[in-house]
Amino acid sequence: MTEFTPLSGLAGGIMIGAAAALLLLVNGRIAGISGITGGVFSNIGEERTWRLAFLIGLVLGPLAIAALTGTMPEITVSASWPLLVVAGLLVGYGTRMGSGCTSGHGVCGLARLSPRSLAATATFMVVAAATVFVMRHVIG
Amino acid sequence: MSRSVSALLIGLLFGAGLAVSGMMNPAKVLGFLDIAGDWDPTLAFVMGGALIIALPATLLARRRKHPVLAETFDMPTKRSIDTPLIVGSALFGLGWGLVGFCPGPAFAALATNLWQPGLFVVAMLGGMLIFHVLRRN
Repeated sequence: MTEFTPLSGLAGGIMIGAAAALLLLVNGRIAGISGITGGVFSNIGEERTWRLAFLIGLVLGPLAIAALTGTMPEITVSASWPLLVVAGLLVGYGTRMGSGCTSGHGVCGLARLSPRSLAATATFMVVAAATVFVMRHVIG
Repeated sequence: MSRSVSALLIGLLFGAGLAVSGMMNPAKVLGFLDIAGDWDPTLAFVMGGALIIALPATLLARRRKHPVLAETFDMPTKRSIDTPLIVGSALFGLGWGLVGFCPGPAFAALATNLWQPGLFVVAMLGGMLIFHVLRRN
């Protein structure tokens, strides 16, 4: 159970959108995290370096927020370790097979009004919501 | 500025946005996905906020000849809604719903120093590697 926080949600969303906008306008690249991560394996030279730099930046972001506000935003992970492993494998494999995740399809793809990304986003949203329903209200 | 320096700074802004928005917190993501339970609609505001900026930026990119630090815009070329897109997205949705981590927030959550994001990221990289190896064969 979490509290509805529309203002911080909107503010953080604007920051995410601004980052996606800047990566496109400055570097000419799509800010899809799964694609950027996969590209670390399959590229060499600067094509690999900028991707690694972006991922390091992703980790530095919350640290910067913690430095500015004095506290690291709290997170709660209730999943057990076997579930984390299974889910991690599914997310890694699935996002590469489906060419994108929440950022690549859900933000960048929808911003391009891409029917392919709309289909992908609808699919992972519906499946994720169905999974939570089964985990919380059928099994749980 | 090199493209790696700009990528580092842009990644930092993205990660900060994930932290501020609450998306870095799996409990909040699961609260959004749990429509039948005590629904937390915050994530819709995150997506909305991101699209308010990303949509006009995409239109602006279409009118530019090239990005500031690169020669071309590297845009996805595939148009078809095919089986890998749907099956892959469904597998991703299953994993996302089980734990509440998708790739961006999982990386950002490494900053919390908890062991769970670390294990999830290792497994996620494993899943990506399995896909690459299977596709090559």
